[in-house]
Amino acid sequence: MNKGWKWFWSVVIGAPILVFVAWALWDNERLFLVTFLNGLTLASLYFIVAAGFTLVFGLMRNVNLAHGSLYLLGGYLGFFTAQATGSWLLALAAGFLGAALVGLIMQVSIFRFMQGEDLRQTLVTIGLSIVIADILMWIIGAQVHQMDAPAWLSGPLRDLPVIRAYSKYRLMLLPIGIAIGVALWFFLNRTRVGMMIRAGVDDRGMLSASGVNVNVLFAVTFAIGAGLAGFGGVIGAVELSMVPGEDVRLLLASLIVVIIGGMGSVVGAALGATILGLAETYGLAYAPTYSVVFTFVILALVLAFRPRGFLGRPA
Amino acid sequence: MLNRGQAAVALSLPTLPANRGLSLISGIRARHVAVLVSLLAFPWFATPFFTFQIGAQSLALGLIALSLTFLGGYGGMVSLAQMTVAGIAGYGVAIFGAAASADTAISLGWPWWLGVLVAIAIATACAAFIGWLSVRTEGIYTIMITLAVGVAFYYLCLQNYSVFNGFQGFQRVHAPSVLGVNLRDPLPFYYLALFWSLAGYFFVKYLLRAPFGIALQGIRDNPRRMNSLGFNVTAHRVAAYAVAGVIAAVGGVLLVWYNGLIGPGSVGTSWLINILIIAVLGGMRHPIGPFLGAVVFVLLQTFAIDLIDRERFNLVIGGVFLVIVLFSPDGLLGWWAGIKSKVSTPRGGVR
Repeated sequence: MNKGWKWFWSVVIGAPILVFVAWALWDNERLFLVTFLNGLTLASLYFIVAAGFTLVFGLMRNVNLAHGSLYLLGGYLGFFTAQATGSWLLALAAGFLGAALVGLIMQVSIFRFMQGEDLRQTLVTIGLSIVIADILMWIIGAQVHQMDAPAWLSGPLRDLPVIRAYSKYRLMLLPIGIAIGVALWFFLNRTRVGMMIRAGVDDRGMLSASGVNVNVLFAVTFAIGAGLAGFGGVIGAVELSMVPGEDVRLLLASLIVVIIGGMGSVVGAALGATILGLAETYGLAYAPTYSVVFTFVILALVLAFRPRGFLGRPA
Repeated sequence: MLNRGQAAVALSLPTLPANRGLSLISGIRARHVAVLVSLLAFPWFATPFFTFQIGAQSLALGLIALSLTFLGGYGGMVSLAQMTVAGIAGYGVAIFGAAASADTAISLGWPWWLGVLVAIAIATACAAFIGWLSVRTEGIYTIMITLAVGVAFYYLCLQNYSVFNGFQGFQRVHAPSVLGVNLRDPLPFYYLALFWSLAGYFFVKYLLRAPFGIALQGIRDNPRRMNSLGFNVTAHRVAAYAVAGVIAAVGGVLLVWYNGLIGPGSVGTSWLINILIIAVLGGMRHPIGPFLGAVVFVLLQTFAIDLIDRERFNLVIGGVFLVIVLFSPDGLLGWWAGIKSKVSTPRGGVR
């Protein structure tokens, strides 16, 4: 695309958004800003879950369609840990470690034996997601579970300008998402394992040839990716509710986030999550019956003009 | 390597059209005749329950899965949105025609044949659009994008009340009566489903040996080479989605008449994946696979209640699917081929 076309498209896409923002601010600035915060905090949750998804895909080319099930598993583990111990932080740890352990078992016992068979791995994850979802429903039941926010985060934050009050817990999602993003960036760019993962994303064969035990690396990455899904599950267990079907919702969100942002790119996941989170919440606030259509239109536009997503690279 | 060789051999086939008609007739074996006769005679021996619930449902689901087998097995594009295409056709039948479903103000009440034709046309157009979106990416990306499209359509049906009637969907969408024959009855409906399934089966069989099908298989095996040979890869792939869309749409019309209703649940994730399960269960190497898979699926679905708790059907079907994917990637057909080769070479040496 040359410069003229870039200008053309940024006007075609940007102008309606600017007009909408101006109108919405003039019409009801409180609704607009609250929706903005809701969008960003939802994006933060989406980012945490999708980052694990994209990390696993980037290194192993494994589209883990059981990622949503791991999210739900983490949420339930967190819920029952919090019930037993009363500690939110312990719940977070339990969600992360539990999902990571299941992910590790999946990688070591199944995926290790079908390396390079992308399609078959994906089919296996579909089978696993059905089985995990049904076992969870068997043990826990189909009723809605909702976790309480920890005492120091419950209730609204008052006396804010314009928007007046906003849920403390919801606001807390934003720094958590940013912290996870920074930690992940640090891990990938400043540690030895992260260096290996990046090298593996670029060229798996070469990494293995230079003496790195790729199997261990794969297992570690899969565990971290699955753990992030479980971590997101505990966070989402307070804000959203846990019920069979949520796994599919978060899986869809992860898919769209990484399609928009680009597969295998953590920065892309942050970008995609922001776009999806904002689009979803604004859609729900301003045009409830068609909110899904917005998401879909964005997906179609991105695929039409950037088939690999904003920051994706050729596979 | 083997695949490329096969493609090269296959590529030379269409240049000998004179042999084709002959080979079609001489290719008929006793087992083909036996299967056809038993399919035709089936409802005369079976109870109406078996004819309708097992027979007709398997055929309708098999037809939808056939579209996936065509796309996935021969085009190399595993699409999870085939049930979405079928669902669009089903919704179309409910929205345009279906005077019987007078419980909503949405149905337009067109003559049934017009409604069905328009529904199939719209579903095909949507399939081509989904194809156009997803062929821009390759391999496993296709699964993700089609899954995203399918789930997005599910949420659209769920949330939209002005066109799709939201959570309720449409009830009492029944097959019409034609020339005094009520297609709702088990026997006529079975033959209707059988006719369209056979039509779909032979259509796919024919297409696979036509130049278009050969080119498609070449593109599956090596898109770059086909591109440099002058084939338009993208156009062939989108066309394959459209062809599969027609098959899925016909299956969708049959399925909505079978169920008598359509709603978000009919196009939900579990059904998107069920179609994949049916296709993989049967085997994606031959167009008979999806029908085989559909029979097994429907039998499991119907009789799993007797084996274990009704609620645990997903566990059974998910487990069966896992076992097949883990141990027999070519599905039941692969199993069959394995047994056959073992029988024909008893000492288990050379194949």
